[in-house]
Amino acid sequence: MIRALALLFAMALPAAAQDESIVLGLSQYSVTITTNYVGSEILVYGAVKRESPAPAGGPLEVIVAVEGPHTPVVVRRKDRTFGIWINNESVRIDSAPSFYAVATTGPLADILNQTDDLRHRITIQQAIRSVGISAETDDPQSFIDALLRIREKSGKFRINEGAVRLDQSTLFRTDVALPANLVEGQYRVRIFLTRDGQVLDVLERSIDVRKAGLERFLYTLSREQSLLYGLLALALAVLAGWSASFIFARLRR
Amino acid sequence: MQIYLPIAEISVNALLLLGLGGIVGFMSGMFGVGGGFLITPLLFFIGIPPAVAVATGANQVVASSVSGVLAQLKRKAVDLRMGLVLQAGGLVGSGLGIWVFKILSALGQVDLFVQLSYVLFLGVIGALMLKESLGALRRVHKGNAQVRRAHTHTWVHKLPFKMKFRASGLYISVLPPLAIGAGVGFMSAIMGVGGGFIMVPAMIYLLGMPTKVVVGTSLFQIIFVSAFTTLLHAMTSGTVDVMLALLLIIGGVIGAQLGARVGVRLRAEQLRILLALMVLAVSLKVCADLVLTPSEPFNLTVESTE
Repeated sequence: MIRALALLFAMALPAAAQDESIVLGLSQYSVTITTNYVGSEILVYGAVKRESPAPAGGPLEVIVAVEGPHTPVVVRRKDRTFGIWINNESVRIDSAPSFYAVATTGPLADILNQTDDLRHRITIQQAIRSVGISAETDDPQSFIDALLRIREKSGKFRINEGAVRLDQSTLFRTDVALPANLVEGQYRVRIFLTRDGQVLDVLERSIDVRKAGLERFLYTLSREQSLLYGLLALALAVLAGWSASFIFARLRR
Repeated sequence: MQIYLPIAEISVNALLLLGLGGIVGFMSGMFGVGGGFLITPLLFFIGIPPAVAVATGANQVVASSVSGVLAQLKRKAVDLRMGLVLQAGGLVGSGLGIWVFKILSALGQVDLFVQLSYVLFLGVIGALMLKESLGALRRVHKGNAQVRRAHTHTWVHKLPFKMKFRASGLYISVLPPLAIGAGVGFMSAIMGVGGGFIMVPAMIYLLGMPTKVVVGTSLFQIIFVSAFTTLLHAMTSGTVDVMLALLLIIGGVIGAQLGARVGVRLRAEQLRILLALMVLAVSLKVCADLVLTPSEPFNLTVESTE
């Protein structure tokens, strides 16, 4: 048993040895959300650094994963009861990313093996943590599929296979589009170098997504001074209503 | 012209919001309904999170009601005393409604209850109003209009605590308006609307108020109910989006002024037929959503990590 483990370790070692590593740049390390924010594009670029000539084997591949803050999500299913559709079964998924984009040099199935996907949690399926949901329902997979389907449809989960350009197994670049309905927080950017399905190197950076200016002010006020914020909203409404009435009365004369 | 909403956390077209506010404001000025039952589903439709839509809708209703009430005040078409009595009942009702809302939230069945309330209330009220106002219109057209007595005496008039409502020309007990106010307050807290579409018919058919003061009085009391709701949402869940509200309001107040102008020119029966048709349309739409097989049977609720 020990010998078998040692053998496994020995086999894994050459891959782990850092013959090839990533040098990375991001076009921006922070995103500020202001009133006219409509989404942004982050350019991820870099190069593969080698101490020795490229080893033999399959071609080098690159995977870029951008991940937004995680939150718990309740997934509910409607069923027809007495002729109408009612929320019936529900499942609480402990942690799902609010945004997840994966860009690669090729089809994920070919360039990444299951073991390394599990270890690094690279694909969206792996990024969702749903411990113990099988106790809540007979068919947990349908709920997870629904989460993936709905978020993919709204553009929050994206897989762009072949969107990373890799030149001469050295230089790579890709654009990751951040949507307009962005949630605040730390966004994790990870770049994986793979060969023959095995991960050779990982590099992690983070992008800080923050509201700024008026957006920041209103958001903070609504959280910390909610009474004041509510009164402000009402004052605004009353003032707008009164001034419209006043202006129209003038116009009529 | 895209604009990012700080609380809803999405980017939407500002002109679309102005237009939406305008349409709803127009209805509001014309019929004396707050427009909450229109604005909330419309905001859902353009992708605003439901909680934000409900709370911000209430805020928008405040503005359009203020604008509408001022227009009605100039025509002396607001029964302030009746409005205050309805209001007193309304606060009790909405307090109760918020309590029930919390219980239903815990059960995960708020959506269903809200939808069923929409179908039931809008459907029944819409149908009754349509039937009555069509009948009234037909009588007018035939020329043999029945002379309706100013007020028919029913059990309502035997109740104690009578009060004079001069603007409405009524001398009735305060109990029915208090009860109606409470009922409307309850429904509006749960459905996230001002409740004008329940209030208007209740004032006409249950209290026997003259149609000309109904619109103004309804708007008057809607101001307070929706202001209360807005404040409560802002403080308990922080879901009022001022930016979204402002855009809806600018469109809304202008719409409300225009609506009030048009409303004056239409005859009371025509006004009621139009309102009835609109109420029925919303009811049918909500009903269809409940009965038809949804394209996506699953839905997501994000829990906040705070």
